[in-house]
Amino acid sequence: MAEDILILDRLRKAYGGLVVTEDVSLAIRRDELHAVIGPNGAGKTTLIHQISGLTPSDSGRVLLDGADITALSLAARTRRGLARSFQITSILPGFPVLENVALAVQARAGSSFRFLGTAADEPALNAEARAMLDIVGLGARADLPAGLLSHGEKRQLELAISLATRPRILLLDEPLAGMGHEEGQAIVALLRRLRGRYTILLVEHDMDAVFSLADRISVLVSGRVIATGAPAEIRANPAVRAAYLGEEEAA
Amino acid sequence: MSATLLSVQTLNGLQLGVLLFLVAAGLTLVFGVMDFINLAHGVQFMIGAYLAAMFTALTDNFFLGLGLALPAALTLGLALEWLVFRHLYARDHLDQVLATFGIILFLNQAVKFVWGAAPLSVPVPTLLSGSIQLMEGLRYPIYRLAVIGAGIAVALLLSLLVSRTRIGMLVRAGAANAPMVSALGVDIGRLFMLVFGFGAMLAGFAGAMVAPLVSVEPGMGDNLLILTFVVIVIGGIGSIRGAFIAALLVGLVDTLGRAFGPLVLRLFLDASAASQAGQALAPMLIYILMAAVLFVRPAGLFPVRR
Amino acid sequence: MSGAHPTAGPLRDRRPRLAGLILAGLATLPLLGALGADSYVLLLVTRVMIFAVAAISLDLILGYGAMVSFGHAAFMGIGAYAVGILATHGIEDLLAQAGVAILVSAGFAALTGAVSLRTKGVHFIMITLAFGQMAFFLAVSLAAYGGDDGLTIARRSTVLGAEWLGNATIFYYLVLAVLAATLLACRALVAARFGRVLRGTRENPVRMQAIGFEPFRYQLTAYVISGAICGLSGVLIANQTNFISPAYMAWQRSGELIVMVVLGGMGTLIGPLIGALAYLLIEEWLAGITEHWKMIFGPLLILVVLHARGGLVGAITRITGGRHG
Repeated sequence: MAEDILILDRLRKAYGGLVVTEDVSLAIRRDELHAVIGPNGAGKTTLIHQISGLTPSDSGRVLLDGADITALSLAARTRRGLARSFQITSILPGFPVLENVALAVQARAGSSFRFLGTAADEPALNAEARAMLDIVGLGARADLPAGLLSHGEKRQLELAISLATRPRILLLDEPLAGMGHEEGQAIVALLRRLRGRYTILLVEHDMDAVFSLADRISVLVSGRVIATGAPAEIRANPAVRAAYLGEEEAA
Repeated sequence: MSATLLSVQTLNGLQLGVLLFLVAAGLTLVFGVMDFINLAHGVQFMIGAYLAAMFTALTDNFFLGLGLALPAALTLGLALEWLVFRHLYARDHLDQVLATFGIILFLNQAVKFVWGAAPLSVPVPTLLSGSIQLMEGLRYPIYRLAVIGAGIAVALLLSLLVSRTRIGMLVRAGAANAPMVSALGVDIGRLFMLVFGFGAMLAGFAGAMVAPLVSVEPGMGDNLLILTFVVIVIGGIGSIRGAFIAALLVGLVDTLGRAFGPLVLRLFLDASAASQAGQALAPMLIYILMAAVLFVRPAGLFPVRR
Repeated sequence: MSGAHPTAGPLRDRRPRLAGLILAGLATLPLLGALGADSYVLLLVTRVMIFAVAAISLDLILGYGAMVSFGHAAFMGIGAYAVGILATHGIEDLLAQAGVAILVSAGFAALTGAVSLRTKGVHFIMITLAFGQMAFFLAVSLAAYGGDDGLTIARRSTVLGAEWLGNATIFYYLVLAVLAATLLACRALVAARFGRVLRGTRENPVRMQAIGFEPFRYQLTAYVISGAICGLSGVLIANQTNFISPAYMAWQRSGELIVMVVLGGMGTLIGPLIGALAYLLIEEWLAGITEHWKMIFGPLLILVVLHARGGLVGAITRITGGRHG
């Protein structure tokens, strides 16, 4: 049996009287691509925020490789190996593409309390950053200001930044959102290349992409996980069909 | 003796608190509704005092002077909104800071230009002059009591206005979520102008009311502005209730701290050291209070939910 | 800071050459003085350079860290009071005074920064303003050191017991040296690893956290460094005027420092120097025309905010950029 790398234990988050996630327990196995799907407003993004530490949970625990990281900040969790992307692309638009990634390398390569020496010229940082850009296919864009990239390229850059943190697990919040078909296909191909090399928790609306990529799928409805299983099992699960897929098919 | 002194200082603290509230109310709404930092709010207080001084001298009647000063302060506020502020709503805070700093430089100098550099004084209206016996051995000036009363009345009126009327509802909604209000089809530009003009008038009203108690001079609004910032930060930006409670808190802490700080310190230090330390510490009390509140609640005591 | 400067993450431009030109010009000015130029000019330019040091220190956090500090004059005041208070007690050595000034400024920055940086935006502006005012009132209450009226310092600080700084030209070159060192140090700092984190945080703090940085630690460190440098400028101003008073810490002073930074062009380091020069020259010029010069300067400032972008350095870059094609 594969080992569980990330364990969510009864996570809960409410805003005032509005309960967004409730009793969410999940175990993500090493090197699997685990997708979380659910209708709009099911609490998927909030769940990603809770896992990554951007939003504190009301109760419940997050365990990474057996260590309780519930009390840690976003930055501390990242240093522990939990990298995330954002639904609205989050990069440094004023920095060159290469420096976006080099900063992520810098974050785990020695102290950043260095006041001398030009960071942009550090060969070790830049070499590793270039390697990450090559993985996502942005090698040729390294010297461009990141703000000038196309929407799809910014997504690729964000992935390269996440990879540069040397994550034990990648949390991807709707990497296909707002993308045209061709751009989307490029990202899907990229995710396919990463699959098996990284543990990935993927939140996504695009059902074709999810069912073709995922090893396992969890379904979140009204803040609760109603089913977890292989794509075929999820497709066949009557509760899922009623709560979620039914809507899609009817529509 | 000590109880009498305590009562007098408490009343003085209340009076400062009420004034702070009048200035803070407009400022906190402008912050909350428009996310706009207006350094020039303090000079609007000063302008209120100058207008009251001028109109009182012209009409020989304080109440007539006050009645004329209010619309004049409102007009000036609206003019500033039209000339400067409305061009800054979409700008970042730094631009707002700089432009309103420019207004301060201009107006502080302009009052010198118009009314001269020497302080003006306004006589206490005869109707409210003299003092009244509140308890054994405690007499307190009637005019100061009137200021406290008027301030509390305005505070009540304001809270009714904000909680009961349609405009007030829009203002509250605007403080929580301006784009939403705009999406509901409300002319947000006019709402801003209204809030702005009203805030300027309240500050002017506060200035006019204290005119008989202080010397009316250039820069008199500057220190008050910073006290008002402390009030807003403690109370929570955009919250009228927070501004009211924080204003009284700051007024009382500041006044009582200055009066009794050295006395309290004398319990621990010898007389001259206590007096020196007290003088140094008293003016810092409210800033320490602010730091303490922020340390526990970074968004203030009554944060407006967003 | 969307408006006043276009986000300038990378540091690739001709600004070092501009800085070199200006510093070289400043270095030759006293030589012209020997040829008969006015010592008044020397005094004025010394003052400009001192304020430039303060403004550059502010630019470090304002331009590169997006921290709009409205209490920066407090640090200048702390530096000045370090000189005044120590001199009163017979400690006149410049190095000792500067050491104390830097330590106390850094300590004040660490304390107030730790509280202020828990907040953002408008809150941060108001809180730094309030802390600056706190320092102001503390200075006012120091009855032993002149209170409200301030304190006259008998003579300039000594260096190894010698009274060299009494010579206007030597003092001028000392200030110039401090200015050049400040520029170089800040330039190195913003390009280094530390500065890159600071600049990244300015653009997108959440992204920086999501790659493992805690912005607070870097912002607070920058705030402390900035406060310490500004404290040093206070040591210089106390020496130039032989006088200290709470007025150095007045919040209007903090506002003037921001004006200098933005007028010159923030996030450029050389901009604040140009801004200090422009601000003090405009003040000198307008004040010569009318005692009500602020009635002209106020609206001028508003017009600059509403219509000019990127400050004077932006304008220079546009002009020379056009010439170089």
